[in-house]
Amino acid sequence: MSLLIQYTLIYASVLFLVALGGCFSEHSGVINLGLEGVMVMGALGGALVMKYMSGLAALPMMIMVVLGSIVFGMIFSLFLAIAAINFKADQTLVGTAMNMLATAAATVFVKALNMMHDPNNVSSTIQYIKQKKAISVHLGGFELNWFMVIAILALAASVVILYRTRFGLRLMACGEHPQAADSVGINVYKMRYAGVLISGLLGGLGGIAYITAGVSEWKFENGVAGFGFLALAVMIFGQWKPVNIALAALLFGLLRALSNVYTGFHGLVALGLPSTLYNMLPYIISLLVLAIASTNSRAPKAEGIPYDKGQR
Amino acid sequence: MNTNEKKSLLHNDGFQTLLASLICIALGLLVGYIVLICINPSEANAAMIAILKNFLYFPRPEVALEYFGSTLVKTAPLLMCTLSVLFAYKVGLFNIGASGQYTVGAGLALYLALAWQMPWYVCLIAAMIGGGLLGAAVGALKAYRNVNEVIASIMFNWISLYTINTLLTKVKESSTTYTGALRTNNPSAIIPSLGLSSLFSGNRYVTIAIPLAILFAILVWFVMSKTKLGYELKATGFNKNAAKYAGMKEKKNIILTMFISGCLAGLGAGFLYLSGIEQWTCAQTSVPGMGFNGIAAAFLGGLHPIGSILSAFFIQHVTSGGSYVNKMVYASQISDLILAIIIYFCSFVFIFKHLMNRRIQERLTMANAKRGGE
Repeated sequence: MSLLIQYTLIYASVLFLVALGGCFSEHSGVINLGLEGVMVMGALGGALVMKYMSGLAALPMMIMVVLGSIVFGMIFSLFLAIAAINFKADQTLVGTAMNMLATAAATVFVKALNMMHDPNNVSSTIQYIKQKKAISVHLGGFELNWFMVIAILALAASVVILYRTRFGLRLMACGEHPQAADSVGINVYKMRYAGVLISGLLGGLGGIAYITAGVSEWKFENGVAGFGFLALAVMIFGQWKPVNIALAALLFGLLRALSNVYTGFHGLVALGLPSTLYNMLPYIISLLVLAIASTNSRAPKAEGIPYDKGQR
Repeated sequence: MNTNEKKSLLHNDGFQTLLASLICIALGLLVGYIVLICINPSEANAAMIAILKNFLYFPRPEVALEYFGSTLVKTAPLLMCTLSVLFAYKVGLFNIGASGQYTVGAGLALYLALAWQMPWYVCLIAAMIGGGLLGAAVGALKAYRNVNEVIASIMFNWISLYTINTLLTKVKESSTTYTGALRTNNPSAIIPSLGLSSLFSGNRYVTIAIPLAILFAILVWFVMSKTKLGYELKATGFNKNAAKYAGMKEKKNIILTMFISGCLAGLGAGFLYLSGIEQWTCAQTSVPGMGFNGIAAAFLGGLHPIGSILSAFFIQHVTSGGSYVNKMVYASQISDLILAIIIYFCSFVFIFKHLMNRRIQERLTMANAKRGGE
């Protein structure tokens, strides 16, 4: 049971961070379908820090890992920002390209690194067994990690920023009616850049949180197995509101955790269901949830539409 | 007036598309080359040449011809996935689920072939219908529940992968994770070659799937541009509400589009796995890349069915070429990287064409103004 709670919290914090990233981007009017790729890049950034700065003490290590993933995530999200905001490109296509690009680039890069150190090592895996200890926190019987703390801080910060600050309200205006926002002197392009960069920041953090959840090495060939898209489902289920997104993330985190630990529950094992069913569960539930939540969608009105100053 | 100038090559839409695609390819290859140099400067040239040469890597012409055949065998399913993406995109839907529909097609085709010993055409039809139904499910979610088709498709991709892995585990070889080979277990499930293989130094995987895929490309072109159905579907894609107002059943059209799109992807899987060139790995942990490469090929081909034939071949050529790079220095995923960069640049094609047209327009008006001043 404690293992279930532990995994639920870990996965929920990952999903929440990434979904919140998507939320900021969409409130500014840009659909970030490249979150999956942003996660891979953030994971790569954090993993590289762990690989090359393994000598650091716990706290500096933690800070550097977070910084590494944030920087990688934000730089990578610029790919979306430039294409979608400056060049008015199709956001779905750009997102798809980014997802493919991130996994391919990370694989090529990590394989090249591994081969440089040891010519016989052609894997795309980075190990961080020792370094991972800096991230985890032991609290009673639980092994938690710092990303949960970050997730809670992010929740509080996002509620304040989105609804209580000038920046947040302006950001949301750009996603609802950019022409109106522009008419009162808000720079729509700047706001959208901010939205996308914040999604890169949070997505990158989510990426490193994901690859340190329960495992101590990561094979970059596998990307992040659709987690970025699950996060988007969480965001839609949460109706683009931070608090609701947090609750949705808890539900999906629980489902995802079940596939890791269901063998520990006699009741579930006795059902005799195939293990693949538990793997599929988050995806199936998210489809159901989307079918329910999408009809009365509270999506930002102008999301996905490139902003054209001359348009009425 | 100067009609000649108006009809100039640069003004031609098809030519612009071709030019844009070539620029995308050049940029993709350039960035790929830079990455290769960054990893290891001394081997970069050789690796780039290996990727671009693909089957020409073999010096003996008959061996090269045989591998050319293998590239074509894999081009056929890619072309089908490309058509699948393209068809949906023409109706305003982004079918990122071609991979999932492809997975279901592969699963049903192989299961019927191995467990029930069905002949090839039954397997092929099952693959088609299976992919189609999965597509229709996405379409129905979109039409009736307003679910974003991209996210729904991704969810279905993973659900299909796990389901098909479970299903095909029942017909796998006992000692490996691969499904049983068709040639030994059920030769009747292999698509007939009708003598095509002798054209490719006896490459036995070359079947009528290749000409069939090209036929489908022509068929898609015909349906989209010459029939009432194609017109209605495109109208729905342009403006759902206008289509509804004009008396078209817009919900039915969305579902139908996704069904056809799924059928194409499912057939593609049938074309590959029923040629016997590959066996399904039941321990597969990622969705097959064919559908994603289809997205690349669709946009690179300028969203035109006939252009897709060329772009699908090019993309398969580069993907296959990736396996000839020196594995001690580079990862074969370098070709995925190049493709991803090409797709990324493809998203700039619209703005590129826009700029080009504006330049031409400006020049025209300037020429006209001069004439007016005379």
